[in-house]
Amino acid sequence: MSALVASGLTDFLRDAVDLQVQVDAIGLGAVYALMAVGIGLVFGVMRLVNFAYGQLIMAGAFALAFAAERDWPVWVGILLCFAVVLALSLAMERVVFRPLRTQSAAVMLIATFAVSFLLQSIALLWFGPLGKTATSLVELNRPVSVGDVEIRKISIVAILTAAVCLALLVLLLNRTSIGLHMRAAALDFTTARLLGVRANLVSAVAVLVAGALAAVVAVMLTVQFPTVTPTFALQETILVLAGVVVGGMTRLVPATLGGFLIGYASGVLGGALPSAQSQYLPSFLFGLVILVLLLRPDGLFTRRRGLVERV
Amino acid sequence: MRVRRAAVELLAPAALVVATGVLGAFVSQANEIYFVQSLIYVSTVVALYVFVGNSGVLSVPEQEKPATMPYLFDFLSSTTVGNVPSLLIAAAVGGVFAFLVGLPLMRLSGLAAGIATFAVLGITNNLLRYYEKIGPGLNTFSSVPETTDLLQATAGAVIVIAVAFAYQRSRLGRQLRATREDPAAARAVGVSIYRQRLAAFALSGFLAGFAGGLYIHFIPINVDAVYLDLTFITLAMLVIGGATSLWGAVVGALFVSGLDSVLAEMEDGMTLLGRTVDLPSGSRIVVVSALMALVLLLRPSGLTGGREFSLPRVPARRLRAAEAK
Repeated sequence: MSALVASGLTDFLRDAVDLQVQVDAIGLGAVYALMAVGIGLVFGVMRLVNFAYGQLIMAGAFALAFAAERDWPVWVGILLCFAVVLALSLAMERVVFRPLRTQSAAVMLIATFAVSFLLQSIALLWFGPLGKTATSLVELNRPVSVGDVEIRKISIVAILTAAVCLALLVLLLNRTSIGLHMRAAALDFTTARLLGVRANLVSAVAVLVAGALAAVVAVMLTVQFPTVTPTFALQETILVLAGVVVGGMTRLVPATLGGFLIGYASGVLGGALPSAQSQYLPSFLFGLVILVLLLRPDGLFTRRRGLVERV
Repeated sequence: MRVRRAAVELLAPAALVVATGVLGAFVSQANEIYFVQSLIYVSTVVALYVFVGNSGVLSVPEQEKPATMPYLFDFLSSTTVGNVPSLLIAAAVGGVFAFLVGLPLMRLSGLAAGIATFAVLGITNNLLRYYEKIGPGLNTFSSVPETTDLLQATAGAVIVIAVAFAYQRSRLGRQLRATREDPAAARAVGVSIYRQRLAAFALSGFLAGFAGGLYIHFIPINVDAVYLDLTFITLAMLVIGGATSLWGAVVGALFVSGLDSVLAEMEDGMTLLGRTVDLPSGSRIVVVSALMALVLLLRPSGLTGGREFSLPRVPARRLRAAEAK
């Protein structure tokens, strides 16, 4: 029995350190990190947990599928995806987030549940439960040979895109005045307003940047999962939300690291678990989440705060 | 005076539930299921309220407890225990499960607590679905006898409301409410946040198990029926009604499920004031979720404002004016 467990464990470890699994896991982690930034940015500025973030990605994915069905060129599809997601983000901010900005976190979270339900059910009415297929970028799923391992192109593209996006975001936050305003608002919204930061502008920009990232994620995810259904990206959003809280929700860098980490863990576990056990992947991930939360309730990558939370 | 106000706070939600039950007895057989379903929602939402409303901690899924029920009921129906014992067993399992889950998790607060309970829900669903040694897989539980009728659903909801009311007026309930209003001050006067939350979580699990029992004796369901959708809809009902009061929990559950039922009828074509309303199928969820968002925008603290029901008081000025006449 113990020999069996030991051999299973060595198999698991061998698969886990396999280069192909590693690159795929980092690729997945990169996509999740982008989602984590999108969620963390809005949370930082508005203290709002945006559960409807996944439905923004879903809308972008449907835009891509819409374009693919009509044989439009790839760049038109991507442009349409960005247009749809950005328009939807702005509408969400204006109609729901802004009026609720002063309400409790629970009310804002439930409001985004409602928005999420609304968008899902609209997609269900419009496209049906089976959804559509976005095929225009599927060629990126093909592997390229690097040395003696085969790596899917999308993993490399995802890693590079995420790096570029994060670099641009860092520039925006650190080198522009709107970035400075956003960082100030994230630290202390009321004081920032007193000092002349325009609340509506800052929250609109945060939501727009998050929307742009959602569009990028939509492009990446449709390559890996070309079938777009109304529940597209729902599971991913839940995992990323967990990852963001595990990393530390109140700061952007820990949140991003948390998102990356859960994507990476998901990739490694998915690649290394024997196929009979891979259906338990969510249990393993959620188990890890609980464990980390119990050990570091304020976040894995943040400093500890006082005993009582004063919010 | 205080006793009278307390009686009103208990009797108003109970009367609303009984009125719903009585109304349900007068409609056609086909429409009766809507009323039964609404009343089961009342039990579930009040169970959720016992923890979320009193502690102020947004624990996303209380529904993990009903999720453990299906398998148990498969077992129970084969050994044919009576209906009431099987509901009690369901409640006991819910309570024990919540207590065990709460032992580690109630140390957390805020978002971490929400995500952690959510993770428990994810694990429960995943295991029950695939690990067929303990769970039922994707089967529905058609072997469970369908015993929940209008009378049982009404009685069940009234019992759950009474328990929730007794708890929130008790010493324990007041201590927990104190931690909700000001954790630092509550600790300073010697209230253990952890213990109070754990007690409420276990009680909430007990009631949720009972509600889950009513549900599974009502219609054959499978594991996925007690996963995300049910979690979100019950949480939404609570917040829409007003999360910090028992009255709010009952009003929210009846309001949202009533709306949902009317729209479901409209999808099949319904005659309203002499005109036939016929909505395209699937539009119900669109309307419900849009209205949910609208209610939150217009009344962010819920339909009841999070306050218990109270009779309108006659202002002193008007009293004096009446005397002067």
